[in-house]
Amino acid sequence: MSYFSDIYKGIKTLLTGMSVTGKYFLNSRKGAITQQYPDNRDSLKMFDRFRGEVVMPHDENNEHRCTGCQKCELACPNGSIEIIWDRKVDPETGKKKKMIEKHIYHLGMCTMCGLCIEACPTDAIKWAQNFENSVYDRSYLTRVLNKPGSRLKPGVEE
Amino acid sequence: MNHISLSITKNIHNWLFSIMPEGAASITEMVLIALVYLAIFAVAGLYLVLLERKVAAWFQLRLGPNRVGFKGLLQTMADALKLVSKELTGTDRADKFLYNLAPYFVIISSLMALAVFPFTKEFQAFDINIGIFFLIAISSIGVIGILLGGWSSNNKFALIGAMRSGVQTISYELSVGLSLLTMVLITGSLQLSEIVEVQKNGWLIVQGHIPAVIAFMIYMIAGTAETNRAPFDMVEAESELGAGFHTEYSGMKFAYFFLAEFINMFIIASIATTIFFGGWLSPFGVTESIPVLGVFWFLGKTLLIVFLMMWFRWTFPRLRIDQLLTLEWKYLLPLNLLNIVLMALIVWLNLTIQF
Ligand code: SF4
Ligand code: SF4
Repeated sequence: MSYFSDIYKGIKTLLTGMSVTGKYFLNSRKGAITQQYPDNRDSLKMFDRFRGEVVMPHDENNEHRCTGCQKCELACPNGSIEIIWDRKVDPETGKKKKMIEKHIYHLGMCTMCGLCIEACPTDAIKWAQNFENSVYDRSYLTRVLNKPGSRLKPGVEE
Repeated sequence: MNHISLSITKNIHNWLFSIMPEGAASITEMVLIALVYLAIFAVAGLYLVLLERKVAAWFQLRLGPNRVGFKGLLQTMADALKLVSKELTGTDRADKFLYNLAPYFVIISSLMALAVFPFTKEFQAFDINIGIFFLIAISSIGVIGILLGGWSSNNKFALIGAMRSGVQTISYELSVGLSLLTMVLITGSLQLSEIVEVQKNGWLIVQGHIPAVIAFMIYMIAGTAETNRAPFDMVEAESELGAGFHTEYSGMKFAYFFLAEFINMFIIASIATTIFFGGWLSPFGVTESIPVLGVFWFLGKTLLIVFLMMWFRWTFPRLRIDQLLTLEWKYLLPLNLLNIVLMALIVWLNLTIQF
């Protein structure tokens, strides 16, 4: 008799499925997921976990948290990050120490894997939420993350 | 020739016959009616595509096309224009003649089926006395077009898609035919206008109660399979076969296949409306005095069933080919045969519900 119970079960599961999609259909007017993108450009906010590009936040004194340890450069699986550093005299202590000159980030090569951000011991870099990253020339995709004239925030290294 | 119901355009009819000899006038008339049907259903097909896209969007919590024209109403028109303007490409060493013939087979067979539907009282192009038989016969011609298209494109995906379509349509044709036969036991006639007439005492799904509901369910399943729509769309299973039998078609020829699919869906729904839900009859005869409103009721019921088919499509996952054949030969067919016996008993013992 499993023949008829199979039919019964089959119809029942089909109806269950239809009721689920039916509910979606009735509620679709209230909660469409689609964003009408260019129209809502001003109000559109990407979610927190969105990976737009790697940026290095600077505070109001033009100070960042990057010590130039190069861990991000090593962590990056496809060499998207290049750290140019030098040994310079620290004006406060008067000692020579490693400092970054340029934190170069190739957005065009980045796969948004996030390993660099996880590797950074001082949380100097993080994800930005912007997504309109298209440019007319690929050289624009090579970015220097530390702003000109910026320096290491005191106390990060301790 | 005498079967052609000419009351749609009595005036045109009389006028034509007054200026032309009889033979020429009938032919002109047929051509005119064919052109009118062609124009109406090409546009209707386009709007069915739009409806499908909108309904699909709502099922998936999306918005659907809403940019071209007011709320996207012109979207499919724009698509059609795009398809017309596209280059027609073909494969090397394709069988050119069959390759070009196939889309016409498909679209013409589905347009021909439209001729026999009574859209309202006396609004019917061709009131043939073997209406249902004609419909079943015509709807199986379409599959020849699909087979030709798949075979002649010289593409393995297309060939596999076409063969699947053959297997599927030949199996499910049986269920469509038998479930309609079940209903014919009540009506005692194959003529569609006659069938609608019988339903003045209650729609057949009410008259035939239990077996009629079973027949309707079987018909809907088999009908969906006949149109090669999901969940029975192994014919053009995108993830397996590219686009199936029409992989190699582009531009307008592709559009014919696409349009034919939607017109077929409309036909399957129209058959269901005519056979099970009283065709153009209004519920409880509320608008019986105004036959023009029959069109409204007919289209309303048909669109409801079309919606049901869209609901199937956007809910159920695609069947595997062996599951498909199991469903048909081990479940639908035996049930259908049992159902016919049941219906025969009910008609014999006069257990139908009549108002
Ligand atoms: S996100 Fe990944 S690919 Fe991009 S720079 Fe960081 S480590 Fe390299
Ligand atoms: S961004 Fe972080 S990991 Fe990379 S060099 Fe600077 S401190 Fe080191």
